[in-house]
Amino acid sequence: MYSEKVMDHFMNPRNVGEIEDADGVGQVGNPKCGDIMKMSLKIENNIIVDAKFKTFGCGAAVATSSMATELIKGKTIEEALAITNKAVADALDGLPPVKMHCSNLAEEAIKAALEDYMRKKNGETGDNKTTSCGRRCEDIEHLHKD
Amino acid sequence: MDKKFIYLDHAATTFVKPEVLEAMLPFFNEKYGNPSTIYSIGRESKKAIDEARDKVALAIGSQANEIFFTGSGTEADNWAIKGVAYANRARGNHIITTAIEHHAVLHTCQYLESDGFEVTYLPVDEYGLVTPEQVRDAVKPNTILVSIMFANNEIGTVQPIEEIAKITKEKGIYFHTDAVQAIGNIPINVEKMGIDLLSMSAHKFYGPKGVGALYVRKGVKITSFIHGGAQEKGRRASTENVAGIVGLGKAIEIATNNMEAKNKKLIELRDKAIKEVMEKVPYVRLNGHPTKRLPGNVNFSFEFIEGESLLLMLDMVGIAASSGSACTSGSLDPSHVLLAIGLPHEIAHGSLRLTFGEDNTNEDIDYLMQKLPPIVERLRQMSPLYVK
Repeated sequence: MYSEKVMDHFMNPRNVGEIEDADGVGQVGNPKCGDIMKMSLKIENNIIVDAKFKTFGCGAAVATSSMATELIKGKTIEEALAITNKAVADALDGLPPVKMHCSNLAEEAIKAALEDYMRKKNGETGDNKTTSCGRRCEDIEHLHKD
Repeated sequence: MDKKFIYLDHAATTFVKPEVLEAMLPFFNEKYGNPSTIYSIGRESKKAIDEARDKVALAIGSQANEIFFTGSGTEADNWAIKGVAYANRARGNHIITTAIEHHAVLHTCQYLESDGFEVTYLPVDEYGLVTPEQVRDAVKPNTILVSIMFANNEIGTVQPIEEIAKITKEKGIYFHTDAVQAIGNIPINVEKMGIDLLSMSAHKFYGPKGVGALYVRKGVKITSFIHGGAQEKGRRASTENVAGIVGLGKAIEIATNNMEAKNKKLIELRDKAIKEVMEKVPYVRLNGHPTKRLPGNVNFSFEFIEGESLLLMLDMVGIAASSGSACTSGSLDPSHVLLAIGLPHEIAHGSLRLTFGEDNTNEDIDYLMQKLPPIVERLRQMSPLYVK
């Protein structure tokens, strides 16, 4: 059911972990739905120099996390924000239809981490380290049917 | 290639035993006659079906004419519930079942709700047990049927079937049990236990897929399920799956023979697996009842990890198992059974079901214990929920 690339990124995930002095951290997902993705970024001169993730989820969730971190490393913030869930899925040679919501999670995790970075940069309080997208499982189910 | 392969998913399906396959084979191309015909090869097919029916009846303590062959366990469940519901509608429209039934029962009940029936889904305790008192309290004047599974397919919990049947008998209500996981695995006697209808499926006890049976006690009012020819007394028309029926008969005969000794071995494997996993893996819980469970069933929840990931990694080392996680159920919700026993969603997502069979050995458990703990740890290291 999974492509070889998905299995490769699942069995040998790239960039697992957390960056100690991260410039931006984002956590999305919901344990109720069975997937949570936490992404931390190191950003220098508008460029993402390092990205790491931790993921609770299925094979597709782990693989999309791994691929997403690979895709954004070395990219500018603007380039990273332009990465879509489809781009992540395509880079993995596709995902089974029922797993497409896992790629949404990767896109949202990148955005959440970058939003956190922008907030900090603009001098807002830093305790808001993680954000949750607040999605409900029912909403994701709806996406499935699209 | 001698890649290791250890099959720990016997509740999903079992291999067909060589003796069963051997008994089936002649009915594909040698004795291929239609059982409804009168010439010799047709009569042979008919005789083979009659013999299989006798074997099923002997195995569950019924009369042969109370056994009806079906295409699956799901079909038997559908027939039992819809058949009794529609045949007894004039008497009432209320059905009692449990929250942890197989979807073959749950979705059939939901269908009946959409057609004007009323269904009570009894909750279960933390072990997955219902009590006879719960059943008694749920009975209403319009109750016509109680359907409670013999043993649960996920957590293996075995229900107090005999006690429940006493209540339904006393109240004059039909009692159906989905015994798909139990038949051939634990002793069942419909007469002694007071069961009115019982569903079974051959591929859960080393028989072929695509064949099941429904026991219907003589006198139970039930509608026909498939209309057509005179097969199965016209109640389940269709040219019989002769080879499949022969396979079911042979498989149930073997399964009920020497069951106690076989179960002793399975219980040893089960308890060894439970003991070792509970000792060697932190943040784990056993789902289901410690002793009132199927001989070959264990079900764990590992905190902080998700079941599908666990299954994929076990598969990479040659271990075939199951999970109740959403990702393996084809929906976004984890197993309804694990939620019904009170597990929070995130713990239910991290479940692992191992079901042992006659081909498993102590060495298989040793191999499992060599592979499972590091895989769980590896996934935890990757999980944002796991903080050491």
